[in-house]
Amino acid sequence: MAGRTLYDKLWDAHVVRENEDGTALLYIDRQLVHEVTSPQAFEGLRMAGRRPWRTDANLAVADHNVPTTDRRGGIADPVSRLQVDTLDENCAAYGITEFAMNDPRQGIVHVIGPEQGATQPGMTVVCGDSHTSTHGALGALAFGIGTSEVEHALATQTLIQAKSRRMLVEVNGTLPPGVTAKDIVLHVIGRIGTAGGTGYAIEFGGDTIRSLSVEGRMTVCNMSIEAGARCGMVAVDDATIEYMRGRPFAPQGDLWDQAVAYWRTLHTDPDAEFDRVVTIDAADIRPQVSWGTSPEMVAPVDGRVPDPAEEADETRREGIARALAYMGLEAGMPIGDIRPDKIFIGSCTNSRIEDLRAAADVVRGHRVADGITLAMVVPGSGLVKQQAEAEGLDRVFVEAGFEWREPGCSMCLAMNADRLEPGERCAATSNRNFEGRQGQGGRTHLVSPAMAAAAAIAGRFTDVRSL
Amino acid sequence: MEPLKQIDGIVAPLDRANVDTDAIIPKQFLKSIKRTGFGPNLFDEWRYLDHGEPGQDHSQRPLNPDFVLNQPRYEGASILLARRNFGCGSSREHAPWALFDYGFRVVIAPSFADIFFNNCTKNGILPVVLPEETVQKLFEETAAEPGYRLTVDLPSQTVTTPSGEGFGFDIDAFRRHALLNGLDEIGLTLEHADEIRAYEARRAREAPWLFTRSGA
Repeated sequence: MAGRTLYDKLWDAHVVRENEDGTALLYIDRQLVHEVTSPQAFEGLRMAGRRPWRTDANLAVADHNVPTTDRRGGIADPVSRLQVDTLDENCAAYGITEFAMNDPRQGIVHVIGPEQGATQPGMTVVCGDSHTSTHGALGALAFGIGTSEVEHALATQTLIQAKSRRMLVEVNGTLPPGVTAKDIVLHVIGRIGTAGGTGYAIEFGGDTIRSLSVEGRMTVCNMSIEAGARCGMVAVDDATIEYMRGRPFAPQGDLWDQAVAYWRTLHTDPDAEFDRVVTIDAADIRPQVSWGTSPEMVAPVDGRVPDPAEEADETRREGIARALAYMGLEAGMPIGDIRPDKIFIGSCTNSRIEDLRAAADVVRGHRVADGITLAMVVPGSGLVKQQAEAEGLDRVFVEAGFEWREPGCSMCLAMNADRLEPGERCAATSNRNFEGRQGQGGRTHLVSPAMAAAAAIAGRFTDVRSL
Repeated sequence: MEPLKQIDGIVAPLDRANVDTDAIIPKQFLKSIKRTGFGPNLFDEWRYLDHGEPGQDHSQRPLNPDFVLNQPRYEGASILLARRNFGCGSSREHAPWALFDYGFRVVIAPSFADIFFNNCTKNGILPVVLPEETVQKLFEETAAEPGYRLTVDLPSQTVTTPSGEGFGFDIDAFRRHALLNGLDEIGLTLEHADEIRAYEARRAREAPWLFTRSGA
């Protein structure tokens, strides 16, 4: 038998039945639930007189709508409040574990899953959120789903899925100083495009990926969907196993030993084949800044905004011209001449402790530049916030002029009060620079935490290595 | 879900690539806990000149006259003609709910994002993939002829133009069947409940930690 890829192994282990049309009924080990994409699923269950198949496979948290300022008084916006209350009621009604808004374990669903050990190597993990790909960093098969599938997973603990093709993105070599996991994934998306991974499951491999911390791997897998792939994953190694050890939901005692023995098999066999292989030399990656309205529209910080006139493909040329008009940028201008108004450090891509440490290292001893109207840090979870405060990172940020907020999705998608005003420009560590994503008319530039911090200090995009 | 067999309708062209689900239905409307009522906010930021919020009377808002869906010739359109990578980004099923609520039953594009494609087929919207050249030709014909209509037939998997030219498209058998019959997928899956239980029993022997609640 030919060798199998990591994706094949994860897939095969979860097939309940093969359907005649080539799809399979796939067992789901863990469903993460949040307030935005679940109310209609619970309503559907109720209307059909069904119950969740296995309540203990679910873990719920409100993250999209929650305020990031003082929230002891609850949520001011009645529409947001109703959505969060609805999640609380549904979880109470069905006995699903939920971390409520003022629980210190509350946070962004893709931060708390791994943090609690609730998402584990070898699991199938789903959530009604496209950034569920994050959990693939642990060697899991993790992908985002719509609300109909949330209901299907709740009711049956399975999903009907067609198998994807297999892509390997292999990054080898030593990363230049100042280049991070975020720069790797932005570089990859710039190379293969926002639809480059459509129809594929991506495995990230190579010695550069293996040298990343598990948190860094999460940043990379998180943005797989920005390359079009529903899931991204990294093979299990010692770092994965050390990451899992001692987490609240992780197996203990004999079960831990059994689990570790299984987890160690979760890698691609040497003779396995991929449908597509993309090879990247780490030495070619520089700190990235997105300039447009799609995550593939990226340039190195020492590069320039492209000129649509130099693009041969008509649809692409119009896309560049439209993006430059929306972003208020001139063709050919240096990236280093772009001046943000706001700085957002947070989101499921970059709000873990190492992200905050990297930003704080840049900020320490400096002040936010005069032209910046708001610089904010939104930790990914209450536990990340506690850890950062124990290390004194909050004081580093506050003394420099940043605001230190409560955990949640915040200005990544601006469902709560944190948003850009029309025409405002933001250096953001989040994942999407779509038109209006951070607020109608808002202009988003995607960067790493260190680069966002550097932009805050310099008042313009600057190579973090020059500070 | 409503069964979908054949749609004969006016075509509205949306001539830009990488249309994301944030554009299809902006985030402020995702606060609803209902599945319906998203139609007035489909493409909200492109369609209106002001900023939209849930609970407004959208009929009183200023329309953007340059946006395609506001042009009288596309009124009543049920087929959306789009460019590559349509529906990328967020997994929000509110995107197909908004398209359906507005009146769209078919979206034709050279390619779709995976999650959006899947979400469409669970909500009575048929996503049709046609080659880039064919889509380009349909854009040209739509622009040239006011009231341009297409007939999209799911049983025969064809798109037919007013001049009688036909284009075949692929769709996997399961999705085709579900769309044609408006099926409840959960009900179908629960017919295999015994197999799901058998899988769980086997898996619990092989990987017992997956079925044991630790810690929290």
